[in-house]
Formats: sequence, structure tokens, C-alpha cells
Amino acid sequence: MKIAIASGKGGTGKTTIAVNLFYFLSQKTGDKVQLIDCDVEEPNDLLFFKSARKKHSQEVFTLVPKIDTDKCTYCKKCSEWCEFNAITIVKNLVFTDVSNDLCHSCGACSVACGFGAIAEHPRPLGVISEYSIEFGARVIEGRLEIGSALQTSLIKKVKKYAEQEEWISLFDAPPGTGCPVVETVSDADYIILVTEPTPFGLYDLQLTIELICELKIPFGVIVNKAGLGSKLIYKYLEENNIELIGNIPFSKAYASRYSKGELLQNLPEEMAGYYEQTVEKILSITKVK
Amino acid sequence: MKTIITSTGDNLSAKFDQRFGRAGWFCIYDRGDKSTYFVENNFKNSNGGAGTKSSEMVAELGAGQIISGDFGPKAKTLLEKLNIQMIIIDETELSVQDIINRIAKN
Repeated sequence: MKIAIASGKGGTGKTTIAVNLFYFLSQKTGDKVQLIDCDVEEPNDLLFFKSARKKHSQEVFTLVPKIDTDKCTYCKKCSEWCEFNAITIVKNLVFTDVSNDLCHSCGACSVACGFGAIAEHPRPLGVISEYSIEFGARVIEGRLEIGSALQTSLIKKVKKYAEQEEWISLFDAPPGTGCPVVETVSDADYIILVTEPTPFGLYDLQLTIELICELKIPFGVIVNKAGLGSKLIYKYLEENNIELIGNIPFSKAYASRYSKGELLQNLPEEMAGYYEQTVEKILSITKVK
Repeated sequence: MKTIITSTGDNLSAKFDQRFGRAGWFCIYDRGDKSTYFVENNFKNSNGGAGTKSSEMVAELGAGQIISGDFGPKAKTLLEKLNIQMIIIDETELSVQDIINRIAKN
């Protein structure tokens, strides 16, 4: 069972919800849950697990083309095939160049080249690490190489690393509605959208819902920081028949503990109650025993 | 030597285009015979890599110099490798003709 946690707007509490759901689902399922941090540009789930022990870590690579100027005829076919405008060929100057920043490692250029002038070389993409903590099955984190723009490629590799049929997999997605989010949620069985009851939260939620409707994946919404802002978001959910699977109230004391990385320590009973209800609802929707 | 000036239109009275990769047109000015002609920038609406492709295009047009309002980091790196001199003019209200007049004066 794959459950992705996403939000259009950043700062709605995706990580807070992911970390808490991981904790409460672990309790309900006898630790058969893994948390996968796919926000590879700034992974922060691990900040909240102070006792995390690193079990495994590996650097992952992507392939980028290199042009052999002895074999190149400067026909420009590779450059024309490149969807990302990463290849520059100037015949009159006998000039070739590949922009590693623009290359998406699709391999089209090496297929296009009829002269065997393109060889592919590995380039670091980031690091995938696996941690164990005192509950749950494990936590996996993808951390993008600084300066790289290939979030989507790394997320693909993180997902492959995390493949595991028997457990519930919780994927913490990056914010927004771009390619890295699509990659994270595209093969999920269920998506949890975290939002906040503000006009910004609502606007970005609508964008994300449009995206998910296109992917045809069942989803529900958790309103975090409930009590702030306005009721507009509830009106929208009701009018569009969207399931509200959780309503987590705003608490200043809780936010202050979050800032110290103490999300799971001394959780107020009332807060724990809200999360337990939400977890029950998720388990019944996704029919996990 | 050919100097390319980024332009918003296809004639000398058109406004100078402040953008390089997403410039509408390129005016190719020959310092030798003082001739000019205009070529549309095929890459102005690219999703990404407009600066890279525009650099390739001006190199193919035989530019030794390019005059624009600014150059993005990828275009800058590539134009340097291509040995094309970049000249930045940050005045917004100039026409292409105004810039050619300045070159002629020097």
C-alpha cells in the first residue's frame, strides 16, 4: 500500500503530518510502515527522529552524454532531438558542448547519433540513506546533490530503493505541483493532501486537486492549523464532495515544540486523539488491516 | 566583424530587446559594409535552454559580439566558450538604430 502525502502550498504541515502518521500508523500496524522523504531538495523528516541510526547510504548517479569530436560530423541531429536544449553544436566553429544542468539523462541523443559519437558518463545525482528508529520499519531519505536540478530522477531512484510490498509506504512529497510532485505521487494507491484554512492554502489545494484528478488517484484532505483563517476551505470541500479525513487544530505550544524538533515528544493527549482519528479513517479508506 | 543586437522587432526602428535568450529578433550588423538584416529568434518560447540555443544561433550567424540587456548564467558560460564578446547596455528606451549609431561613432 503506497500512500503519498502532498500539498500544493509549502508550509502547510506536510512533514508534521507525515511524521505523525508514520508514528501512529506504526502503532496500529505493528511497525509495518516505512516513511520515505521524497522532498529531496530539502529533506527534513529525519530532524524529528533524534535516535535515528544510519543503516545504509549510497551515492546514486545519472548518465550525461559526452561528444567524441573525432567521430562527430556536426550534423546536429542530437541537438535537434534534445527536448531540453542541452546540446550545442556549431559546425562552422567545430564546436560541441553539453550543458549538464539542462540534461535530463533521457538518452535520446545517443539513440539519435548515427556515428557513435556520443558516450554516456555517470554524474552524481545525490545520496539515498536508510535509517532505523525506535518504531516503524525504516525511514528512507533522498538528498539531492547541491546544484543539481534533477529532483525527478533522484525521486525515481529513491522510490525504487524503497520498493516493498508488505508494508505501508508513506511518501512525503515536495511542495508544489511540478514534476517532482508528479513523480512522487504518480503510482500511489492513495494521496493525502495537507492544506491550511487560508486563501493561499485553498488556491494551491485546488491546483493540486486538478493535478490528482488527471492522475485518477483517490485522495482525501487533511486541514492542518484548523481554527486559523476562514471557513472557505470547508465550503470548497463540501461543494466538491471531497473527503475531509482529518482536521488538526492550530496550537502555538505545538508549533514551538516543532521548532525544536520535538514533534513526537510529549504529544498533548488532545493532539494524539486527532491523529488517532485520522489514522483510523485512513486505514478504513485504504482497507489496510 | 558581425555584431548582433537583440531586438523586439524586425526593423531598425524597433526597440532594443533587454533579453538575450528570449529576445524576439536578432539584428545582424556588419561593421565592414554597414549592412543589417534581421532574423527571428526561433528559441524565444523554449521551455528551458533558451539562452543556450540562442547562443548556438548567434554563433551560427557568425557573431563576434553580442549586444543585449543581460545574459543568463548558462548563456554567459557558453558565449565565453564560443569566444563571443558580450556587451551589456542597460538603457531601456533605445532603438536598434540608436545602438548602431553609437557603434558607428566609435
